[in-house]
Amino acid sequence: MTPMTLTEKILARHSGRESVQPGDNIWIDVDVLMTHDVCGPGTIGIFKQHFGQNAQVWDKQKVVIIPDHYIFTNDKMANRNVDVLRHFAAEQDLPYYYDVGSERYKGVCHIALPEEGHTRPGEVLFGTDSHTCTAGAFGEFATGIGNTDAGFVMGTGKLWVKVPPTMRFIFEGELPPYLMAKDLILAVIGDIGCDGATYRAMEFDGPGVYSLNIEERMTLCNMVIEAGGKNGVIAPDQVTLDYVNARNARRVPYTPVFSDSGARFVFEKSYDVRKLQPVVAQPHSPDNRAYVNDIKGTKLDRAYIGSCTGGKMTDFRAAAQILQDKTVRIDTFVVPATSEIARGLKTERINGHTLEEVFLAAGAKIGEPSCAACLGGPADTFGRLNAPMSCISTTNRNFPGRMGHKEARVYLASPLTVAASAVTGCITDPREYIA
Amino acid sequence: MTLPANVSGKAYVLGDNVDTDQIIPAQYLTFNPAIPEEYRQFGKYALSSVPPAQAGLPKGHIPFHTEDEFVSPYTFIIGGKNFGCGSSREHAPIALDAAGIKVVVAEFFARIFYRNSVNGGYLIPFECAQRLCERVCTGDDLELDVASAQLHNRTTGETYALKPLGEVAPILEAGGIFPYAEKVGMLNR
Ligand code: SF4
Repeated sequence: MTPMTLTEKILARHSGRESVQPGDNIWIDVDVLMTHDVCGPGTIGIFKQHFGQNAQVWDKQKVVIIPDHYIFTNDKMANRNVDVLRHFAAEQDLPYYYDVGSERYKGVCHIALPEEGHTRPGEVLFGTDSHTCTAGAFGEFATGIGNTDAGFVMGTGKLWVKVPPTMRFIFEGELPPYLMAKDLILAVIGDIGCDGATYRAMEFDGPGVYSLNIEERMTLCNMVIEAGGKNGVIAPDQVTLDYVNARNARRVPYTPVFSDSGARFVFEKSYDVRKLQPVVAQPHSPDNRAYVNDIKGTKLDRAYIGSCTGGKMTDFRAAAQILQDKTVRIDTFVVPATSEIARGLKTERINGHTLEEVFLAAGAKIGEPSCAACLGGPADTFGRLNAPMSCISTTNRNFPGRMGHKEARVYLASPLTVAASAVTGCITDPREYIA
Repeated sequence: MTLPANVSGKAYVLGDNVDTDQIIPAQYLTFNPAIPEEYRQFGKYALSSVPPAQAGLPKGHIPFHTEDEFVSPYTFIIGGKNFGCGSSREHAPIALDAAGIKVVVAEFFARIFYRNSVNGGYLIPFECAQRLCERVCTGDDLELDVASAQLHNRTTGETYALKPLGEVAPILEAGGIFPYAEKVGMLNR
């Protein structure tokens, strides 16, 4: 049998075939379907239109609904959309609906999914959000789809896909303390461009990847969509399995899958991570790369630390490392991705102070767990850029208008670089604060 | 829509990397496309975050429609590379459909936008090896023969060969993934 990549193997298993090849169009079985408040109402509409008002979802255990985008707002339409989800979850008796205003509320879906045990190696996850690719960090096939596809999956548990060829990125060496996964993925996107992985899978490998914790691996996979990738994937190791098993409370069985030796990659590139430098993506595209060192001193109006890319415990730990005993010079917004992370900010300590204390003492503002200003949103969204200002952010997109105002300028960077820049008010190399 | 034999109308030209935030900004995503009255609203805000200099090439600064209109005077969008990159929001092809666009021609598309256009049956996405966004001007009068994938520019007299629709043609012909799946026996309702 022809050797297969991890992605090809997962797709073959889910299509009931012995093997598949890049370019094959196949129907696959879906393990988990996720939707949220932006695309959920449309998905539910399509599901009902095609399967009937009284139709039942194909498998209640496999549908996960996580409102996260427009949560803490007075916008009536946004609140109405959450009502649509709430009503549907009750009507369908869905066990995995994480309602706003309840104990179960989570926040950003891509971080909530693994926290709640919905990501497992070898599985297929579709979500109505392009950053669903984040879950590739758990060794599964995970990708974003639209409402129509999601409505189809909701009723059938199946979807057709075209098998993507795989690109492989190998990271040699261990990351120095001033670099983070964000720098690696911005470097990759800068190299291959924001269309460099269109219709392709991106597999990450090498000691540099396996020395990263699971949250950092999620950051790598999260941004493959910014290179146009269909999915990002990292083969599971003990770190993955330990995390997954700790969260898999229902003991759902799963089978880890690995690339065969001799599997064919359409593209391979190695990086020595010890030689990389802190990177930013300049306005208005994630592939508009610059080294921090080359543009340091660029004036900023605001700093933002949050989102599925840069709002996890590892990101806040890194930012706090720089912000402790310092004061920010520009408005700085801190948004934990999930309620679990929000609690972590109150409990985890650095030199005797909680991370929350460190941020507040530095003069940063802390928001409620959600997507918040990562995608602009209603005008009253926490941290939204309502004027044409310059912002450095740990988020993933800096397209025109993405964080609010059409003429706002957004620089994407690691939490270390964002924190260092918040302290000085201009783009600053984190190496000035850490060895 | 199902596949028509011909499409004709005016072109609106954009550049490379037109992302979904430009096509339909996030603040309008609170409309629910499953409700017809709200579906119409997407047309009003379609392409509202395209930077003015990039809007309506080659000159730019040509609004897609005036602010209180729901439908634009254009039938074709001509884009460059990586059209529709960014988020998975199906609201993007929906916004163009609601605004009256039938066909988008680009050098190539971002994957999710392409898929949503086809599976939802909103738009016909054609790829073209030639860089048409530098040959066609906003307002040019175009005529497309769908089966032969020939695009004729009545304004300049030029004809461009587009790439055949290939494997998505049957889905577009059926009118989207639901009728297609029914046809191939993957959906029994
Ligand atoms: S945090 Fe930003 S990128 Fe992530 S799901 Fe929310 S809006 Fe999308």
